[in-house]
Amino acid sequence: MEIFPDWRTPLRKGANASIDWLIINFGDQFEAFANSLLGVLLLIERVLRGAPPWAILLVTALLALAVSRRWRFALGASAGMWLVGALGQWDQAMQTLALVLVSVGVSVLLGLPLGIWCARSPWVRRLVSPVLDLMQTIPSFVYLIPAAMLFGLGKVPAILATVIYAAPPLVRLTELGISQVSREAMEAGRAFGATRWQLLTGVQIPLSLPSIMQGINQTTMMALAMVVIASMIGARGVGETVLLGLQRNDAGEGLVGGLVIVVLAIVLDRIMQAGGARLQRGGT
Amino acid sequence: MALIEIRGLSTVFGPHPQAALEKVRAGMDKPGLLATTGHVLALDRIELDIEGGEIFVIMGLSGSGKSTLVRHINRLIDPTEGTVRIAGEDVTALPIPALIALRRRRLAMVFQRFGLHAHRSVLDNVAYGLEIRGVPRAQRENEARAWIERVGLAGVETQYPAQLSGGMQQRVGLARALCAGTDIILMDEAFSALDPLIRSQLQGELLALQATLGKTVVFITHDLDEALRIGNRIAILKDGALVQVGTPEDILLRPADDYVAAFVRDVNRARALRLHNALAPWPQTHPLPALARAVDVDAPIESVLPRLVGRSTPIALRKDGRIVGCVDVDAVSALLAPQG
Ligand SMILES: Nc1ncnc2c1ncn2[C@@H]1O[C@H](COP(=O)(O)OP(=O)(O)OP(=O)(O)O)[C@@H](O)[C@H]1O
Ligand SMILES: [Mg+2]
Repeated sequence: MEIFPDWRTPLRKGANASIDWLIINFGDQFEAFANSLLGVLLLIERVLRGAPPWAILLVTALLALAVSRRWRFALGASAGMWLVGALGQWDQAMQTLALVLVSVGVSVLLGLPLGIWCARSPWVRRLVSPVLDLMQTIPSFVYLIPAAMLFGLGKVPAILATVIYAAPPLVRLTELGISQVSREAMEAGRAFGATRWQLLTGVQIPLSLPSIMQGINQTTMMALAMVVIASMIGARGVGETVLLGLQRNDAGEGLVGGLVIVVLAIVLDRIMQAGGARLQRGGT
Repeated sequence: MALIEIRGLSTVFGPHPQAALEKVRAGMDKPGLLATTGHVLALDRIELDIEGGEIFVIMGLSGSGKSTLVRHINRLIDPTEGTVRIAGEDVTALPIPALIALRRRRLAMVFQRFGLHAHRSVLDNVAYGLEIRGVPRAQRENEARAWIERVGLAGVETQYPAQLSGGMQQRVGLARALCAGTDIILMDEAFSALDPLIRSQLQGELLALQATLGKTVVFITHDLDEALRIGNRIAILKDGALVQVGTPEDILLRPADDYVAAFVRDVNRARALRLHNALAPWPQTHPLPALARAVDVDAPIESVLPRLVGRSTPIALRKDGRIVGCVDVDAVSALLAPQG
């Protein structure tokens, strides 16, 4: 006796049919969206790859100095970037950096408002929370197949895959930060006649900034963790180096790629941590 | 018409306030409601008139609903039932934009737990009310600096709340409310964290402000001596209900029940009560003394105690330049030590 109905065929066919439908009816819109995202990415890439490496090293040092006010810290950050060049991965690292920056940018653009919305409405939170779980657990390849069909192979689906994987902690930490703003701080805002917008921008967001910064930091780290998968669907960069090592059975090459990713992660993490600490100077 | 009119105000905290309030109307009391439904009856049919230009003090034990009551005046809390009117306008029914305009124009508040914004410097905290209204930076900072100085905090403008002591934070909250320049100020235990010296100094400031600018102040305190010093009238809350509203002397001399009597037992009555409460006609048998030797009827009893002790003849009292009567030891001691 057969106890399992066949749900597989209708699910598969239904999903494929809806993707076909999307491509036929909205192909142009998807392409326009992909092109604008690609435009931003290419612009950042051109700046990072076009600038002389010493300029990037200098900017890294200055940025680190600005957030930490410590010379040794600035020197260390710069030395990390120099190591990337010494490992022969400068150009790849700049491509990866551009990809990570754009992915984090898109994550912030989507994740911050979503986190705020979740904090304001229990209904939205109940709806969004399982979706976030899904985004983090579902294997990337599952959504990469339709993404590649909609946007073609290359950088845009790589950005989308990265955003899907990396944005959830930002949404969660934004929501957490905003719901932890003390009742009296909010009441003080309301009592003096603040509008909802003034409460959001003048009280809630600034007071939850430490939490939001932590979210952005985690998102950045997770975006870096995605670069190998991003390379599998055609993004260039350090992920490609690792992939090459894998394909050619070249463990050394893989190690070089891995090391560069780790160094990038450490440099970005430290600079962001110091920046976050600077932002909360007087706060608790 | 009073400036602030509170009518039939009842507030229940919990998921189903309306249903819980119906249980109360059917005869359930506050502890019973909490035990059976988990709802808190915070305020129970409050009727109150607060006049423009007075300092109105609200007292009561912890948890009696004082903070909840003042939060209805600027509608930080919506009541379950009843209305609050300010200058005839029903605050509980105002649409949000009008409510915001009212808060900006007329209502400022000092919070029991300060409610300062940790990410703003002292200067920016104090200027907050003006910032919200769009006052240009230079102007609002000037204003804020003046108030910071007035509460005795000059020099800490650039510091952040977390760097200040509790008493200093409380004064920042006070300066913030005063800087908003509203005609009504709600003060929830605004002086509770201050040392006695600064406290008495700020009480004086508050009285001066009210006298010169005619501000209306709703002042919550646990300290009866403070209430008697600054209050024009005092309301006493018990378990969310008003038990007595009256002048300081009403409360001291004619407590409505044992709860109020217990409340006022430890007060320094010689300082709180004025001589006219012990006024008696000048005895026919004695010649009238010179006016210069008479004491004003509105002086506190305290001021004649040294002269009165061990003296058999009464002290003459004057009012508006003539002698209106006298006080003697017996009348004064009856006032100071009631119920034997
Ligand atoms: N947001 C709230 N949710 C639930 N219950 C509340 C809330 N705020 C106050 N209560 C309850 O309402 C009652 C009155 O509280 P309120 O803060 O007004 O007391 P209070 O007189 O100001 O006390 P204190 O002198 O300790 O400040 C208390 O029983 C309290 O538990
Ligand atoms: Mg209170």
